[in-house]
Order: sequence, then structure tokens, then C-alpha cells
Amino acid sequence: MLDDFMVRAALAGLGVALAAAPLGSFVVWRRMAYFGDATAHAAILGVAMALAFSMSVFVGALAMSLIMATTVSTLSGRGFAMDTMLGVLAHSALAFGLVAVSFLSGVRIDLMAYLFGDILAVSRGDLLVIWGGAALVLSLLAWRWQALLTATLSPDLAWSAGIDPRREQLVLTLALAVVVAVAIKVVGVLLIAAMLIVPAAAARPLAATPERMAAIATLIAGGSALGGLRLSFQFDTPTGPTIVCVAALIFATTALIGSGLRHRGAASD
Amino acid sequence: MRLIETKGLTVQFGRSTVLSNVSLALDRGEIVTIVGPNGSGKSTLLRTLIGAQKPARGEIIRRPGLRLGYVPQKLHIDPTLPLTVTRFLSLPRHHPAEATRAALEQAGLPDLRNRQMTDLSGGQFQRVLLARALLEKPDLLILDEATQGLDQPGSAAFYRRIEEVRRELNCGVLMVSHELHVVMSASDRVICLNGHICCEGHPEVVAQAEEYRAIFGTGTQGALALYRHEHNHAHDHDHDHGHAHDHPHSHEAAE
Repeated sequence: MLDDFMVRAALAGLGVALAAAPLGSFVVWRRMAYFGDATAHAAILGVAMALAFSMSVFVGALAMSLIMATTVSTLSGRGFAMDTMLGVLAHSALAFGLVAVSFLSGVRIDLMAYLFGDILAVSRGDLLVIWGGAALVLSLLAWRWQALLTATLSPDLAWSAGIDPRREQLVLTLALAVVVAVAIKVVGVLLIAAMLIVPAAAARPLAATPERMAAIATLIAGGSALGGLRLSFQFDTPTGPTIVCVAALIFATTALIGSGLRHRGAASD
Repeated sequence: MRLIETKGLTVQFGRSTVLSNVSLALDRGEIVTIVGPNGSGKSTLLRTLIGAQKPARGEIIRRPGLRLGYVPQKLHIDPTLPLTVTRFLSLPRHHPAEATRAALEQAGLPDLRNRQMTDLSGGQFQRVLLARALLEKPDLLILDEATQGLDQPGSAAFYRRIEEVRRELNCGVLMVSHELHVVMSASDRVICLNGHICCEGHPEVVAQAEEYRAIFGTGTQGALALYRHEHNHAHDHDHDHGHAHDHPHSHEAAE
């Protein structure tokens, strides 16, 4: 079964969806969208280094994502103007990464594969990495769920319950770096943040609790991955961007449904 | 052993000293109120006690196994975070449905369990915050201007609820308040803070203290005496006839 590249692609997409959607819910709740971007963009620098030193691309991307995520996470506690800081870091990481890749003479790299993903070229080994990473992220989130949610709601409430919000922030930082590293192959560094945020945002109008929002986001992300894969096969479009397009259309639909629900709610009050 | 005790607590933000040499202690069954002008370090003191702020010097001694209940000044819930009242009450620990229902009932709230936190009125929201803290059966309840944004009957009712809670749980209560007249009548002890502890003691003693008057002026004195009179009145009624009283003040408070 795994011999079929379409089956491997579908499994890869589902693996990323499974990890990215619940984590993405936290990214949305904590207003860390730019944080996801900065971490993802730093990964291209990691890819360049991995190729230069003939390391595994996954390891290189993971290392750079971790460094970027930790840097941002540390700076965020120190009163910097975060949107500016993240804008600077995200785009300069991307620029340095692209320049670094251009230095790699003799190595033929398809840069597009790292920027937009290459889900149809997923190997059995890639699948193992993706599902291993997804399992790691999901178990981290499940283990810390209550504490993460409390710290997200209010750091002071967390402190008073004996939870260190900085530790919970670190858990999210780690999870984010892992998701970025495993998602490069599927959607590419430019669109990883979309896989985190769009399904979660699309789930918001349909959910009454955080758990339901994460679950619905996972369904939407999985559906987008499979739908995008199919559509890209049918219309011969790039797969990563097609997956994100499907997710965005679902977002538009639920946003409409949501405003309809609110309207009805207001009328019946 | 005291519930919580601080010795020579000094807190600094960068180079500015917000609190210097604060020593205080709290026992079970005691209601202690911290008063002080804006920027006097009241909230910082509470945040230091819950562990959110590290002191530069001094120590905090908690009774081992102390359970803290904390009611923040305000709680912003991001609109992207769906949160029903039930779900909120089960943070950070899950409680059985029966317990959360009872908690709302005791807080004097209708069955709001499936309502979104963001849809509650100001008064309901504060009561839910308190109910959540109480579900943990705290030994020490810490409230940071918990009646902010409530009207007078609302905040009077809120303070009566605090007194009930103190009786039910026999917990210590430490709160910050701006509403001097209410505070004075509801507290066993008042700590007047202005970067350091200016004065401390029984409400009447503190109200007479020079340091207190220097900060709050003598103007509040009249209102204070008047209010305390009313409060004693209502209090006696409570003891003699339960809740069936018709005193105008109590009537308001029962709202």
C-alpha cells in the first residue's frame, strides 16, 4: 500500500494535520501567528545548513526552528515591541536562508520544494519522521493540556495554581519547532503558519469549548489535506498551496455560518 | 503555623523599588484588606504572594500544602477562545459536573453552565471567578479588587459572600480594595500600603492613624463612621432574624 505515492502523500498530509491543528489552536488563542511564521521561516536557514554539512534536512530545520522559537519566546517576556521584532526576525531569517542556499554551489536543490513543499515525493522514511513528530506533539499537548489552557487564559491564574506559565510556553515552543520541521516536506516553510492557523480559525465559530475547537480544527485540517491532494492531482496544481486554499475556503464557509448563527442568536434574544 | 508570612519582602521592577521591606502574616479565618493609593504596590504584593513576581529580597513562607484561591482584578478572555462557564470552572483541575453546578448555585447564580464566559454580565463574571477559586477549597483566598466594575449593591453582595465563604471554609482572606468604606466594615485587619506598610491593624485604629490620614485624608472619616453604623445594624439583623430583614441597607446588599 505504501508503494503508492498518493497513499504516502495522503498519510503525510494527515500526519501534519493531526499535529498542526491542535497546536494551531493554541497559536490562535495566544496570538502567536507571527511567532509561527518566524519559526517556519527560520527553518529554510536550517535547510541550507543541513545541505551544506550533508546532514538530514529534518535535523537542520528542527535545530534552526528551535533556536528561533526559543529566541522569540525569550524576547517576548522582555517588553520588546513584539510585532515589529517578529516581523524583523521572520523575514530576515527567510532572506538569510535564501541567500545561504544560493551559496551551495554544486548541490542541485529544488528550492521550490522547501518553500512550497513536495508532498508527492514523501518517502517511507519521511512518513516515519512525520508521524513520529505528530505523535510527540500530540502527547506533549495531551499531557500538559489543562496547564497549557490555564496559562493561556491568564499567567497569574496559572501561578496561583502552582503552574509555571514559562514552562508551558516552552512546551508550546518545542511543539512548534517539531511541527515546522515535519511540515516542510508537506506544505513548505512559506505555508506552515497557514496549516497552524487557518483550520483553528475555521473551527472557532463552530466550537463552544477549547477541546471541541481543537477537535474540529483537526477534522478541517485533515479534510483540507485530503481534499487539496485530490484537487491538485485533478487540476495539476502545486499540492501545498492547494491544501491551504481548501482550508481557506472552509474558513470562509464557517465564518459565514458563524455570523448567521450570531445573527439568529441576537434575533431570538 | 501561619497560613502565609512574608519577611522583609522587597520587589523591584528594573531599578525602581515597588515594595520595600514588607512583612506581614495571615491566619485562618481572618479577613485582611490592603488599601493604598494607585501605584502603591498592592497588586504587585498579591502577585508576589501567588508566585507570579519574584522578590528581590526577603522571603515568603507558605504553610506546607497551602491551597491558594486567586481572584484577579480582571480577566481578559480572547475572543478566539471558546470557553463555557463549566469549562472555565474546571481549570486548572477537573471537577465533577455536580460540583460545578453546586458552585454556581452557592455563588447565587442561575444555571449558566453552558453560557460563554464572554457573554456574562460584569457581576456574573466576578461571581464565576470567585466560584472557580472556591472549587479548589482554598486555605487562603486572595482577591485583587474583585468588585471593580460592580455597582454598589453588587459589590456589597459580593463582600457578604466573602464573609460567608470565610465562615464556610474557615479560610484566610487577603484582598485589595479601593472601596474604603466597605472594606473598613468587612475586614478584621487593614494594611495600609504605600510602597511599604504605613500602618496596620484594626480598621478603626488604622482609620485614626496619621499615616492613613496623610494618604486618604480625613474626609473619608465621616463616611466611614456612617457606614460602619449601618453595617453593624445589618449585621445584628443577620444574627437575630436570619435574612428576613427590611433595613434599607441590607435590602440593597441582598440584591
